[in-house]
Amino acid sequence: MAQTAVADPDTGLSLRELARRNGLTAAGRLPGLPEYTRQLWAYRHFIAAYSSAKVSSSLGTTRLGMIWQVLTPLINAAVYYVIFGVILGTRHGVDNFIPYLCTGVFIFGFTQSVVQAGVQSITGNLGLIRALHFPRASLPISVAVIEARNVLVAMVVLIGIVLVTGEPITLEWLLAVPALLLQSVFNAGFAMGVARLGAKVTDLRQLIPFIMRIWLYGSAVIYPVTQFEKVLHGWKLAVIEANPLLIFIELMRHALLENVPLAAPAPVMWAEAVAWTMLVGAGGYVYFWRGEKGYGRG
Amino acid sequence: MADGARVPTVIADGAHIVYRIYGSTSAGSNSPVASFKRIVTGKRNTAVREVHAVKGVSFVAYRGEAIGLIGSNGSGKSTLLRAIAGLLPVERGGAIYAAGQPSLLGVNAALMNDLSGERNVELGCLAMGMSPAEVKAQIPDIIEFSGINERGDFSSLPMRTYSSGMAARLRFSIAAAKKHDVLLIDEALATGDAKFRKRSEQRVRDLRQEAGTVFLVSHSEQSIRDTCERSIWLESGEIRADGPTEDVLKEYDAYVNR
Repeated sequence: MAQTAVADPDTGLSLRELARRNGLTAAGRLPGLPEYTRQLWAYRHFIAAYSSAKVSSSLGTTRLGMIWQVLTPLINAAVYYVIFGVILGTRHGVDNFIPYLCTGVFIFGFTQSVVQAGVQSITGNLGLIRALHFPRASLPISVAVIEARNVLVAMVVLIGIVLVTGEPITLEWLLAVPALLLQSVFNAGFAMGVARLGAKVTDLRQLIPFIMRIWLYGSAVIYPVTQFEKVLHGWKLAVIEANPLLIFIELMRHALLENVPLAAPAPVMWAEAVAWTMLVGAGGYVYFWRGEKGYGRG
Repeated sequence: MADGARVPTVIADGAHIVYRIYGSTSAGSNSPVASFKRIVTGKRNTAVREVHAVKGVSFVAYRGEAIGLIGSNGSGKSTLLRAIAGLLPVERGGAIYAAGQPSLLGVNAALMNDLSGERNVELGCLAMGMSPAEVKAQIPDIIEFSGINERGDFSSLPMRTYSSGMAARLRFSIAAAKKHDVLLIDEALATGDAKFRKRSEQRVRDLRQEAGTVFLVSHSEQSIRDTCERSIWLESGEIRADGPTEDVLKEYDAYVNR
């Protein structure tokens, strides 16, 4: 029998031409950005179902199950309260330091968990990627969705702490909503960015803990933002105050607490937050889409 | 197209597929000193190895055909299926064209083991692009077809408690629930028991009648014979034979029993 019996009835027609005439598309073709966005939108139910499946499968083997979603932020806050509130008695010239600290920890933790899970969202799901066809951006986006749900629980805990420590309820609290929305979009973009990077450079996962720790110290989480002004000047101070996480943390503190020292006037910080969100949200999305066809290879 | 009888659904045009595998080398070359040397000398990372799995494959598959892919282990059958599904990129120079979005159904398609069978069905259907309403309507049928509830209420138990045959049946049932232009089946029929195999072979025939093309990779000559009238024999990434199943199987048998 012949090596390759190409059953081609239209002799003289190349295979490529035959494919074109019959409207066949090259397998593994990269869809355009609008088409990709449409596909992703069509998969929104999958993203939602996948996110809740991921949460229940990770907590399903524990005895307390879903209660951990509340316990985790509570324990987190308790640890910081014991160390900084009871043992060290840190103040740094902030009137109400414990809620100030907890806001920083929770808001930083929001992005931190997204980055940690996002960097593995491709490499950890190769089985799914190689078996099924869906827009890959669903995976990092569902990471961002999971953490956005977790942060809502954490916010309830945080508001409890804020009230217990004697802060009044003000209209400014409403600003927490847009701040979280902006950060969620920022996180989704960031998750997509690190997902592609993590799929290409598998060593990145090892570096993430150190990168996040440097970022933690640069975001005024465990000390007030005014500390930077004492030790840094000129462009160094400008760089650290443009740090998006520092901005998100400051905005949340501004929304929930009275008399907090801010790095810059609130309207300036809101503008910076919107700029970062648009840049990282759109940038991460485009960057991830460009690599769509390479995921799951090798 | 001029002749309406034969509509091509999948066309492979000189397709080459190469795997690049990281970090699979002998013990010595991954030592810190060796890594450092590579970084300093700027030499190519020898930890990246290339496996040329499919070498210049060309064929045309038509609507309504069921094509069996045979060949010894490691001959590139599963790789070829993945490339048709668009899950593996084809090297520059060649191409694989397909109608619509081919769906790959394999025994190692990973679902979530800690979740119940029912939730896996839901997730799998959504991942295939069904709407929530369709999914809701389909779930009982899919579970019924898979037959996992024949021995008690298994569909509400986590999938990690299933036997490998049950899990494979559930995966097949999920994928077969959707109408596909091109359905790619990788060894899925081999894992079920005789009763399920009969049912799934019937399902494959139904799917073909719904104007689709089915590719079947299997080591069971019987299921190839029962479902496919055309077969392609792959050996070391090259097509050795392509034609009516009986002829190809005869040649293949002669090669195996040589």
